[in-house]
Amino acid sequence: MSEKIKVAYWPGCVSRGFTPELHGSMELTAEALGIEMVTLDRANCSGAGVIAEHNQELADSLNARTFALAQQTDLPMMNICSTCQGAQSECQERLDADSAYRDHINETLKPEGIEYVKAKDGWTNKNFLWLLVEDYGLERLAAQVKRPLSGLRVGPFYGCYVLRPKSRLGYDQHPDRDLYLEQVIRTLGGEVVDYDGARRCCGFPVITMNRETSLRQAGTHVGDAIDAGADCLVTPCPLCHLNLDMQQPEAAKVVGRDLDLAVLHLPQLVGLALGFEPKQLGMPKHIASTVTVEDRVAALA
Amino acid sequence: MAEYTLKVRRFQPEPEDGVAAGPYWEEFDVELEDTLSVLDGILQAKNDQDGTLAVRCSCRAAICGSCGVKVNGQSTLACKTQLGEAAAEAERTATGNGANGAGKTVITVEPMANMPVIKDLVTDMESTHWEKYRRVSPWLMPTGPEPEREHIVPPEAMVDVTQSVACIQCGACVSACLSMEADPDFIGPAALAKAYRFIGDPRDGQHEERLYDLANDPHGIYDCTHCFSCIDACPKGVAPMNQIMRLRRIAGDDYGIADVNHGRNHELAFTKNIEKKGTLDESLLLQESYAPGVKGKLLPTRSAIKGLLESIPTAIRGIRTGKMRSIPKLIPGVHEKLPGDAQEHVKRIYARAEESHQELNLYMIGEGGEEEGAPEAEDVPAAAIVPEPDESREL
Repeated sequence: MSEKIKVAYWPGCVSRGFTPELHGSMELTAEALGIEMVTLDRANCSGAGVIAEHNQELADSLNARTFALAQQTDLPMMNICSTCQGAQSECQERLDADSAYRDHINETLKPEGIEYVKAKDGWTNKNFLWLLVEDYGLERLAAQVKRPLSGLRVGPFYGCYVLRPKSRLGYDQHPDRDLYLEQVIRTLGGEVVDYDGARRCCGFPVITMNRETSLRQAGTHVGDAIDAGADCLVTPCPLCHLNLDMQQPEAAKVVGRDLDLAVLHLPQLVGLALGFEPKQLGMPKHIASTVTVEDRVAALA
Repeated sequence: MAEYTLKVRRFQPEPEDGVAAGPYWEEFDVELEDTLSVLDGILQAKNDQDGTLAVRCSCRAAICGSCGVKVNGQSTLACKTQLGEAAAEAERTATGNGANGAGKTVITVEPMANMPVIKDLVTDMESTHWEKYRRVSPWLMPTGPEPEREHIVPPEAMVDVTQSVACIQCGACVSACLSMEADPDFIGPAALAKAYRFIGDPRDGQHEERLYDLANDPHGIYDCTHCFSCIDACPKGVAPMNQIMRLRRIAGDDYGIADVNHGRNHELAFTKNIEKKGTLDESLLLQESYAPGVKGKLLPTRSAIKGLLESIPTAIRGIRTGKMRSIPKLIPGVHEKLPGDAQEHVKRIYARAEESHQELNLYMIGEGGEEEGAPEAEDVPAAAIVPEPDESREL
């Protein structure tokens, strides 16, 4: 129970770019939970699937570099972005599949004095959600809750990259990974809102390519969650956050209805239950109003 | 033998025998072995309880592609899903969602999504599947003189397209497609996987024309939202989304085709962005995705200017809340680089990978790769086995 968890931490790009509140709230929350994070500040972007679309070897080499940097710490790696998880798992699958290919990529990494080593049972790179449930444990999390989020109605929003394809994302070992958000919400004392969008796509990958398709997806899911009575959504993916929160006023225009639903990053929701204040967790930086959540939380304190 | 409850979403097209027109749910209790299929369950309900329950099926062996449905919300073939596993999945998600397990387990069966329902589980695949399928000219169009005998092609090229040849036109991927849900005009996973089947085929002579067409349809290859739903839905391992991403790569990088959705610009802008900065500079990405030439040679197109203008209100809101308060986040290009010599190593990786450009096809080497062994010769479908070119024949 009290065993210290230590990870090589890959924050990703967006958590330090357009959603700085994610990286900030992760640092606060990790410290309170007793998760020690060694930040991989030399690591690079996962490519988000886009670089792989251009040149698969380039994406695989870039992520092999990140894995190799993490392996130098002798710690498992943790990310806080569904998209990083998906893009990195895809590259890891190829790197682990063929030793000649792996050698070829490691040749590229050599001048930096690093190497990606395939582990016998698969080297570990988990997003915060998976780590929280599988390694930290829900019982231990429950024991840390200082302010149960009673009465807070939370809609889960996973992000495609931690859901599909199941064959690549460890669902054979951990079949309930598509239910973890619900489990965490309940552990924190909140109420799970069941609505259609939880496992659908936020639309972000096509925001510059087909704005209408993209915003219709985001707007529909936010609207469905509002109709189901949600006070907020929670997501482990900052790219989903960009479309669901930052683009929410634009999405409202596309779906032709008022939307104003707070979208929390997973560490923010955990942080609220650990007793942090919305402001400490960067919630004023959000676009959609977080007032309902703040009021609910204030009433609990 | 075990008992199962199938909760079927039925649809009555017009009022008949006291049943009002419209959709409704009905439960059927069936008793069958757990290894028999959901289709067997539906057919038992139809035979013993209600002959008006409509379902399309034929081979019962995942070959004909007729019985596409949604089981517990997942698009699939009814004949390929065992009752025991469907019940276990229904149980898992119900308890995972907080049910106490006291209620009975119910397997939900619905008609496929993204297409009109004709009756009960029978959908109209014409408007959403077959029409789009014909849209990609799904036949071989060779150019040049016809060979005297068969075309001689490298075996690996045919093994590669075998993945999309395996499609049985069941529509499960179309039903699962989250882009099509938001944009019914999207050409969709089945038709685009079929397009790859011909673009990947060395005998076809219209690769560039096909790619140009699919890249310049605003609902074409760049309208896929990369959600992986089609990959999990496909009962034959076609992985349609992977084929769509390869179409993008071939169109953009091999043929240099600029598309109406700025997809190629976005891909190049993203890739260059990381080469320069190591991590993503979102402001620069946004600008360059629409107008890569704004600082120099090219003028942005009218639609690019529109796209950029449309993103301004979002940026202003971000500035107001402090999301983009700091200078580096406001001005494209003033984003921090990686520390020390890290950026130099990233650039070096770019140089080597862009030069060598290897692609590892997991379908060809077998998932799990070397450790589980590449597929045996007999695993390669018959269509992929092409005789070794016999040089003496050409003499």
